[in-house]
Amino acid sequence: MTPTPAVEDIVRSDYEHGFTTEIESDTLPPGLDEQVVRAISRRKGEPEFMTEWRLKAYRRWLTMQEPAWASVHYPRIDFQSISYYSAPKRPEDGPKSLDEVDPALLETYEKLGIPIEEQKALAGIAVDAVFDSVSVATTFRETLAEAGVIFCSISEAVQEHPDLVRAYLGSVVPHTDNFYAGLNSAVFSDGTFVYVPKGVRCPMELSTYFRINARNTGQFERTLIIAEPGSYVSYLEGCTAPQRDENQLHAAVVELIALEDAEIKYSTVQNWYPGDEEGRGGIYNFVTKRGDCRGARSKISWTQVETGSAITWKYPSCILRGDDSIGEFYSVAVTKGRQQADTGTKMIHLGKNTRSTIVSKGISAGQGRQTYRGLVRISQRAEGARNHTQCDSLLIGDRCSANTFPYIEVKHPSAKMEHEATTSKISDDQLFYCRARGLTEEDAVSMIVNGFCKEVFNELPMEFAVEAQKLLSISLEGAVG
Amino acid sequence: MLSVSGLKANVGEKEILKGLDLQVGAGEVHAVMGPNGSGKSTFAHVLSGREGYEVTAGSVTFEGRDLLALEPEERARLGLFLAFQYPVELPGVNNTYFLKAALNSIRKSRGEPELDAVSFLRLIREKLKVLHLDDSLLKRAVNVGFSGGEKKRNEIFQMALLEPRLAILDETDSGLDIDALRLVADGVNALRGPERSMIVVTHYQRLLDYIQPDRVHVLSKGRIIRSGGKELALELEEKGYGWIDAGEQAA
Repeated sequence: MTPTPAVEDIVRSDYEHGFTTEIESDTLPPGLDEQVVRAISRRKGEPEFMTEWRLKAYRRWLTMQEPAWASVHYPRIDFQSISYYSAPKRPEDGPKSLDEVDPALLETYEKLGIPIEEQKALAGIAVDAVFDSVSVATTFRETLAEAGVIFCSISEAVQEHPDLVRAYLGSVVPHTDNFYAGLNSAVFSDGTFVYVPKGVRCPMELSTYFRINARNTGQFERTLIIAEPGSYVSYLEGCTAPQRDENQLHAAVVELIALEDAEIKYSTVQNWYPGDEEGRGGIYNFVTKRGDCRGARSKISWTQVETGSAITWKYPSCILRGDDSIGEFYSVAVTKGRQQADTGTKMIHLGKNTRSTIVSKGISAGQGRQTYRGLVRISQRAEGARNHTQCDSLLIGDRCSANTFPYIEVKHPSAKMEHEATTSKISDDQLFYCRARGLTEEDAVSMIVNGFCKEVFNELPMEFAVEAQKLLSISLEGAVG
Repeated sequence: MLSVSGLKANVGEKEILKGLDLQVGAGEVHAVMGPNGSGKSTFAHVLSGREGYEVTAGSVTFEGRDLLALEPEERARLGLFLAFQYPVELPGVNNTYFLKAALNSIRKSRGEPELDAVSFLRLIREKLKVLHLDDSLLKRAVNVGFSGGEKKRNEIFQMALLEPRLAILDETDSGLDIDALRLVADGVNALRGPERSMIVVTHYQRLLDYIQPDRVHVLSKGRIIRSGGKELALELEEKGYGWIDAGEQAA
């Protein structure tokens, strides 16, 4: 395959300016081939092993099929029409002022009480001064460094901590895992790296929000979190404010590794642009998230609040490899308008006396389609494994739908499994009762919905929980009637 | 306070209320009695604005406003309160949170400042004492797992807190044993005042032993066919509803 001239230009320009020079704009032309993969790796100044790693993934990806089993519908994606590398956007590419931004989005920012400068940043407008977060982030870094915690972009980690990256990257989600994970492995743009040393309790909640260079990490984000024996870390991802992005396809990969007695708590609030009323322009969020409880007595806990994106396709999972390890999954997913979500989890019990808990709350309104898909597998040697699954769906209106597909595979006779599932509708009786007490229909809905989600919100860090609650109310405005 | 004239209402194709007239003055307690199917609950629901009832004729004015033109929440904010015959469960919704949201939405509509958590809790404890209710009630989800008696007392507790101008008690006595009935009645009596009117809808006379009405109305086949003082209720108890119906047919 002959590389296109533009690709060669990029490759050359890297040599010209050195690896670390920031060129204001360089976007690879659409299309994907080995040259593009090499160009991405080179542009990021990666060591040889990374380039090879990406190429191997790319070659494998070529042989893979796009999955079709999820209960979602969308037009075919042309993977050759996507540009796989773009440096941080030039200011002139984005909207020039808030006047050019979708008024519906601004209204939501107002309701969430987001300061004007932050609104601009979220809407993709260039902001001169990045408010306080620079200084905040610096303070954070110092505190973390004292504790020995590494918290940086994955690109930095490839440069600064290549041994760690080499040892762990792809060890939980190999490039062979699935179509999107393969694609991500070949072309991932950037993402987050966290390393917590032995016995260290990370002194603060880590959040991408405070990582200055987290902006525009792009559509193929890669996250790797390693918790050494006896350590603890809580990581928050996302933001309640709706985020716009020019890239429609998002295929992230998140890998968590918990060694002996370590605990990782991973919380997500996902509120990508869901598209307009007809669902046009919304984000396709095809994510692979998996945690490996590698050590005995380790624990990984996923909490997610998914309200955005046109299509969500994600199953944060736990491999319970270590004996007595614990996996948890708490999820609230909202689909409204024409949103579609196929989400759930996998709990793979390998070690003895492993335990897992699944609490999934699905809310469907408008013409939203929602599917819970979960797998609990108890392997032959997982003696004494236990799982509790609770799977509740709440329907608002009569044009939405909810499906539940729980898969259970048990290969050890001592396993204890519990599965509870409910589907309910917000009843006219409930709404009338609330209205007869002076509440509007919208207040009533948001109150009932928040009550429905309480078990999951309780798992979120305090501030996040309050925001998530607010977000849910705003998301469901106008959902009834 | 409340003036109902010539009120007719359908449920589906069926006419349930067939020209109902009622005047309730400030501070008055009116009992509306009648046999099953006479239209008592329909009347209560039409007043509170429940969907599914079609008003075909007549008018209702409340505090000088055309009540029928208002949404249920607007009626509540004006000071109308319906104590439900079957209080509805709201799983996951904390009772205190629910009450605070309700009270503040009413206060807000009246241009009064919203109560903060501290002053609200103070108020709520005061009201609990009046009704001899346990404060564990506050921590529970609205009506979820409440016994029949607790549900009804919770309704009266809400009424105490929201301080309506007109309270409609829809068969509040149904399903209560005598002790629970007395507790509910005590609560209601404590809330009587010159500014607060009540319509007590009931099938049986026994509630009226505890809540003494100023006026008693007998509803039959969608119309008030007889009105009188509290002695009318006693007379009904003695002779049964058949007596009224027979009397009406004879007349």
